[in-house]
Amino acid sequence: MNFGNLFRIALKALGNNKFRGFLTMLGIIIGVGSVITMLAIGQGSKKSIQAEISQMGSNMIMIHPGEDMRGGVRLSADDMQSLKVRDFEAIRSKCSYVSLVSPSVNSSSQAIYGANNTSTSIYGVNQDYLDIRGYKVQDGDVFTDQDIKTAAKVCLVGKTVVDELFTNGENPVGKVIRFGSIPFRIIGVLESKGYNSMGMDQDNLIITPYTTVMKRILAVTYLQEIVCSALSEDYTDRAIEEITEVLRENHRLKEADDDDFNIRSQQELSSMMTSTSDMMSTLLAAVAGISLLVGGIGIMNIMYVSVTERTKEIGLRMSIGAKGRDILAQFLIEATLISITGGLLGVILGVAASYVVKVLLSYPIVIQVWTIVLSFLVCTVIGIFFGWYPARKAANLDPIEAIRYE
Amino acid sequence: MKEVIKLEDIRRDFLVGDETVHALRGVSFTIEEGEFVTIVGTSGSGKSTLLNILGCLDTPTKGEYLLDGVSVRTMDKNSRATLRNRKIGFVFQNYNLLAKTTAVENVELPLMYNPKYSRKERYERSVAALKAVGLGDRLEHKSNQMSGGQMQRVAIARALVNDPAVILADEATGNLDTRTSFEVLVLFQRLHSEGRTIIFVTHNPEIVNYSTRTITLRDGRVTGDERNAHVLDAAEALAALPPESEQ
Repeated sequence: MNFGNLFRIALKALGNNKFRGFLTMLGIIIGVGSVITMLAIGQGSKKSIQAEISQMGSNMIMIHPGEDMRGGVRLSADDMQSLKVRDFEAIRSKCSYVSLVSPSVNSSSQAIYGANNTSTSIYGVNQDYLDIRGYKVQDGDVFTDQDIKTAAKVCLVGKTVVDELFTNGENPVGKVIRFGSIPFRIIGVLESKGYNSMGMDQDNLIITPYTTVMKRILAVTYLQEIVCSALSEDYTDRAIEEITEVLRENHRLKEADDDDFNIRSQQELSSMMTSTSDMMSTLLAAVAGISLLVGGIGIMNIMYVSVTERTKEIGLRMSIGAKGRDILAQFLIEATLISITGGLLGVILGVAASYVVKVLLSYPIVIQVWTIVLSFLVCTVIGIFFGWYPARKAANLDPIEAIRYE
Repeated sequence: MKEVIKLEDIRRDFLVGDETVHALRGVSFTIEEGEFVTIVGTSGSGKSTLLNILGCLDTPTKGEYLLDGVSVRTMDKNSRATLRNRKIGFVFQNYNLLAKTTAVENVELPLMYNPKYSRKERYERSVAALKAVGLGDRLEHKSNQMSGGQMQRVAIARALVNDPAVILADEATGNLDTRTSFEVLVLFQRLHSEGRTIIFVTHNPEIVNYSTRTITLRDGRVTGDERNAHVLDAAEALAALPPESEQ
């Protein structure tokens, strides 16, 4: 028995029951379509999180003071004063895997200009900070080393602050605003970065030399944070090792002592956040996969009904010379054709649905070829798997009984 | 003459519950090429069982069956399927045509299971067979667009298309009215005159008169086997029927 003829026979049988075939396919179409769409949404959100994080600076390393015990009292990290300016200087001069480094101290208060005021934060940093966090100056200049040395009352302002304070559209550069009670001259305006993935407005800030914040606002001698950039993402781990070494030496920690600082890299943050979206997309795909399985059971169900309904036809085919394996092949081909056609339509539906989601909900979508190939293969296997039992049943019918079946 | 069918002491037992039912209790006969044999018997005579064995759908419990010189008794399922495909043409009481399928496609069916035939040959042979049964003008009609007589003729064309050693008809006129029955009988007689071997299983004693030989079955045994001295012509009988009141 040649395959071509069996294929024709199966095709013909399907053609005789187009509507039922389509209904059976529907399960597979929806299953494959939803697997592809769900994975596209999952991958899309993962990609966009990754993009956002790398926009924040993918090789960023953050150093915070750590918890410590002092005389039996556990102090919280916020109270710690272990990070000093000389730590920052040591990192800058000794760490070869660190390309940029900036101290950071911040404070929150009202910024005031004329009759307008807004609640914002001031960040005391150095010039490197802009590159580390990916801020760009849109208008004006960055402060100079001289400004840092003199703790100059100059600042760069974010878009939100500008919008809140300069409501009549005047150019903020050169104007003097007050942060709390201290006047600052605006020397530059930052380009807008929008909200980050955690919903924080990245434009609601004022940037000023760290010395200014330390001396004039907070009156402290310690730093709240040191932020660095590794040479590249690949060097992050080595940079962290180096920084640890330098800081332990600087803080004169003994072998047995714990670190009195915490180092976190953007990479960790990135993998933490993408793992959430990974889990979500796995979950979505699993649900979609179940619907694919249900579709497969639908095929099995219909094929069973079809075998019973066509018992007489099977009997006839056998009596005029079809072998058991011919009947098996015919029904298997029918089931596989249903699942393959359903799979193809499902791929089209999935891709189309993904684009609809992208266009209508402006949701980030990434369709990867492997998801299409995989879901298509899975549904073909499902067709063969669930088609097997009914086909087996058909092939094992006794022609004498089958042909007299009413 | 060549022996197409040779049965030697065929027995067939069935186990029904704990009881053994002897459906055939030693049937022997030979049928030569070109015979038109009717096998008659009441229900329960073993006629269906004999038909199944003749058609290679079943194998005897005991005894030897040679079809066209080939021993069927020891054959497995698949070889019997192939044998049916090459040597036997079935005609059933209820036609057994595929639904929603054209006449040509129905007739092509046996050839679909024979890799020897190309698509073109298949079509040509099917058309030839349909023309032979007088349906040359209904090639593309679907089975549900045809009358009972036409459907049975399609079924006969299907039985002819593989050029079988024997045509096995199982109550082939059982579902047809008198006129159409005679039309079908005319067709069978013509096929017989062309040299076909035909076995017609029936419980209708009237049909016996149109065949050349009658084998009577009773309780699993052959109780009669006679050649008909006077074979009636079905065409004459058809002509003698009162004209149909309508049309």
